[in-house]
Amino acid sequence: MEVDNTQGRMATYLADHREKIADRWCDLVVGTVRGRISAVEVRREIDDFYALLLRAMSGADEQAFGELRATLEELSRSRARNGFTPSETALGILSLKDALHELVGESAELVGEYLTFSRMIDDLALHTFETYSATREQIIAEQTTAVLELSTPVVRLWDGIIGVPLVGTLDSARAQLVMEKLLDALVSSGASQAVIDITGVPTVDTEVAQHLLKTVGAARLLGAECTISGIRPQVAQTIVALGIEFGDIATKATLADALEHSLRRAGLKIGPA
Amino acid sequence: MERVPIIKIGSTLFVSIQVDLDDEGIMRLQEDLADTLTTSRARGVIIDITAVEIVDSFIGRMLNTIGSISRLFDAETIIVGMRPAVAITLTELGLSLRGVRTALNAEKGLELLNGTR
Repeated sequence: MEVDNTQGRMATYLADHREKIADRWCDLVVGTVRGRISAVEVRREIDDFYALLLRAMSGADEQAFGELRATLEELSRSRARNGFTPSETALGILSLKDALHELVGESAELVGEYLTFSRMIDDLALHTFETYSATREQIIAEQTTAVLELSTPVVRLWDGIIGVPLVGTLDSARAQLVMEKLLDALVSSGASQAVIDITGVPTVDTEVAQHLLKTVGAARLLGAECTISGIRPQVAQTIVALGIEFGDIATKATLADALEHSLRRAGLKIGPA
Repeated sequence: MERVPIIKIGSTLFVSIQVDLDDEGIMRLQEDLADTLTTSRARGVIIDITAVEIVDSFIGRMLNTIGSISRLFDAETIIVGMRPAVAITLTELGLSLRGVRTALNAEKGLELLNGTR
């Protein structure tokens, strides 16, 4: 940031009227946050920011501008995480302009300085917005991972038999995760039978079938046998219509059937007590 | 280049691959195994690949070939201890090792051999 004389004059003005401007600024911000942050907290944020701004504008401290941006980033991040809208976040800094404008008013000698200052604040507001959207992106990425983790549990159905209930659309990324988790579970539990339940998979097209076949193939390489269960009538019709071949992979209508099949393959049997 | 030892236990040949094999190594293993099978009258071959972290299409194909060779001597090949990452790689390469059987570990492999006899 270039610091010239005009900035210096504006800095002096801001320093002289510090209390007044900060008060007004604080009022404006408190008006927009609608009680989600206390006035005291807003005041503290503004005081910190104001002090940094003065340091940056005086030009004496070269690191101050970097610090200013860092503080702003921190602020935008916390706003984004606490569910504030982009406008509310940006207004937090933009309202300084309003507060100042009310005070500078029509005094002609500061108009030039005000414009320069305004441009700087706009720049900072843009930076705020960028940080805000970056934080949002990060939140979305975190949630995607969380959903992915949630939607692919591997459960132990019996000694030596594990189950993978699939819920939701099976795309490449999820199919990969399912495969990895299933194989890891096979190795760690020493299971020789796995049941993949697709009751919760809305549609089975050639792509989904391909993923399932790959998973079964990989499990077979580890020496485990897979049974696919939960094939609904419409799904069965689609599979046949698309000409998908499951080959020698056992498919069952319900999880119960598949469990019975797996037990038999593992040399076990459940009978009446 | 170190050789992979082939250990005979009863009527089973036990091969434990402890290093990441290159093409030459797996070729030599194939030759050694064929030699041993002619003289040992083994009925089963267990190949333990627990320590193998990297496979390529060549090694995948050679494992299949070893299976086919063993079958000519009326011995069944069982690949045991494959790592999940290796299984995924082989699947992605389209190598499903149809010619050999697989088991989770050496113990299960032995059970499989004894169960079929």
